[in-house]
Amino acid sequence: MQQVNPRLDPAPSRWSYRMQRLMLTPLYRNLLRIGLPFAIAFGSVTLYMSDDQRRETVVQGVVDLREQFQTRPEFMVNLMAIDGASSSVAEDIREVLQLDFPISSFDLELDDILAQIRDLPPVQDASLRVRSGGILQVDVIERSPAVVWRTAQGLEVLDATGAVIAPATSREAHAALPLIAGEGADRHVSEALDLVRAAGPLGARMRGLVRVGDRRWDVVLDRDQRILLPEEGPVQALERVIAMGQVHEMLERDLSVVDMRLSQRPTIRMNPAAVEQWRELQTTHAGIARQ
Amino acid sequence: MIELYESQRAMRNMRRAAMQRGVVAILDVGSSKIGCLVLRFDGADRGIEVEGVGPMAGQAGFRVIGAATTRSRGVRFGEIQSMQETERAIRTAVQAAQKMANIRVDHVIACFSGGAPRSYGLAGAIDLEGHVVTEQDVSRVLSACDVPEYGEGREVLHAQPVNFALDHRSGLGDPRGQMGMRLATDMHMLTVDAAAIQNLAHCVKRCDLELAGVASSSYVSGISAMVEDEQELGGACIDLGGGTTGISIFMKKHMIYADSVKMGGDHVTGDISMGLGVPTATAERIKTFYGGVVATGMDDREMIQTGGDTGDWEHDRRTVSRAELIGIMRPRVEEILEEVRARLDAAGFEHLPSQQIVLTGGGSQIPGLDGLASRILGQQVRLGRPLRVHGLPQSATGPGFASAVGLCLFAAHPQDEWWDFEIPVDRYPARSLRRAVKWFKDNW
Repeated sequence: MQQVNPRLDPAPSRWSYRMQRLMLTPLYRNLLRIGLPFAIAFGSVTLYMSDDQRRETVVQGVVDLREQFQTRPEFMVNLMAIDGASSSVAEDIREVLQLDFPISSFDLELDDILAQIRDLPPVQDASLRVRSGGILQVDVIERSPAVVWRTAQGLEVLDATGAVIAPATSREAHAALPLIAGEGADRHVSEALDLVRAAGPLGARMRGLVRVGDRRWDVVLDRDQRILLPEEGPVQALERVIAMGQVHEMLERDLSVVDMRLSQRPTIRMNPAAVEQWRELQTTHAGIARQ
Repeated sequence: MIELYESQRAMRNMRRAAMQRGVVAILDVGSSKIGCLVLRFDGADRGIEVEGVGPMAGQAGFRVIGAATTRSRGVRFGEIQSMQETERAIRTAVQAAQKMANIRVDHVIACFSGGAPRSYGLAGAIDLEGHVVTEQDVSRVLSACDVPEYGEGREVLHAQPVNFALDHRSGLGDPRGQMGMRLATDMHMLTVDAAAIQNLAHCVKRCDLELAGVASSSYVSGISAMVEDEQELGGACIDLGGGTTGISIFMKKHMIYADSVKMGGDHVTGDISMGLGVPTATAERIKTFYGGVVATGMDDREMIQTGGDTGDWEHDRRTVSRAELIGIMRPRVEEILEEVRARLDAAGFEHLPSQQIVLTGGGSQIPGLDGLASRILGQQVRLGRPLRVHGLPQSATGPGFASAVGLCLFAAHPQDEWWDFEIPVDRYPARSLRRAVKWFKDNW
């Protein structure tokens, strides 16, 4: 049987009892747990920041840190590679963008750059990305020249959709391209191209196409010959003329205009000399002696 | 009479406020231990919705979230002897319970066993004003009870209407709304020493707590230890505490008599201490480990070392047989039970239809007590343990916690007492609006 020692008084003192009750009060406890740390943190930060110099130092530090991060070699773009563009277009792109490498990829506004490149006339479409190795890759699809458009101001090269690619210095520089002229011709380039394709049998005789009154086409041949095409179905009309020409050698004759504007009644206009000759022949055939 | 109940009414308001906050502490101020339970009320009674389960004897709707006990100091015979010591003990218990519950409690409902409780049966009758019993009539009939001269320096602890009779019909629980001419009531009133209550209130106040109710511990242990049938048909609860033994007699689910015997387990310990010549702490230990009331042949051979550290080998090596220990304990236990028998006889317990006796309290854990008690008190004796309530820790489920658990039930569902009814109109302070209305009604 072991001796039971009289225990010390386990009772809390009056003040510790009150303290514990206070700490068990929910409002007080929350205040102590959340309010006090918050107040201390807020107060100390406010106190520290109340000095201008310190605030500036902190802001500068943040800016420096940001700068340091952005100019790390992983994020630097060193050169621009342009694919799919001819050298002159590539020159143009470099000139327009005015990027001085090396530049951080955080400072590159790819959307703006892409818009700038797409705004260039010779560029049909472009895509842009920062390739690994710090290369800004520009993939360009150039417009392909389809026709030469002669206007009062000069010559311009158009693509198949009628968009201007570049002004042409001379006709000889684009000798392979067909020539079109007239007001509004650039808006109907595809039709013009169809006509050119249909006019293939004419070969080198064709000089070009003229848009008349922004309404219909004339095919201009050498020897000042013209084929006047209707608004509706110009290709069919041209094919008909070519067919007639092959059968009757019509276009080799001395006539100035083949008028196909009324499809029911194709008309030709002869040159005055031919008219004279024709009339003479008529009289000869009729047996009427020359006076 | 009205002034007397002001404090009781104030405590009832305090209890309502505590209910609204949802947390209330239970304080069982006993002679051997002070127990504190922290209850949380979940608002509505959310009983277990299973077929065959009753209303759970009113124990649903709250939950014990903190429990603590401490050795009682400064309490003798269930009364506070040393205010400072008791206050410190209460503080210890409350602090530990608060810590366990992790919530602060401000309202406390306390019970104590001392103060020489005395029961009075009161009767009152009035002629009804109308034909239907109203709440005012109930208040009037309660006021009409002839209060006996219970003496100077005593205070009413419980005043419960037990029975209502309307004309020739008796045994009504709630007479409101019934037709009749004459309303009569029987009331049970329990008075205790005013000083005992005041000391307790003072101690509680010193702990920064508000007293939201006071109950007699014999009453509340009866609530928790007796099952419904025993309360309904008649039965007595004997709460064998440390300093006192509380007696409460229940009938029709109302307490009709309460008393206390100023003897308890501490006296048994004292006898052992004196008889064996050992310190009280050792005697308490021997009692709880080896105590008993029925000796057998085996007990002669079971030797108990009393121990000690005086340095005297002979003194420290003393042994005592268990039969000797039982020989010391039994006369005192018999004396307590004889005294209880005398009180029950005085109360007329033998006239009840059922005479079930429930032994509870820490002292009821003596082995063989039920056999001894059935010889002295009658055949229908059983050992009672308190009801199981939600969240009660395993360590607080023993019979020693019957009054603490009963106080929980009391806190959750207090019985209607006199001061729960409205003050009758004619007793109301002068120049009140109600009085004016009554005058108009009578004269126009």
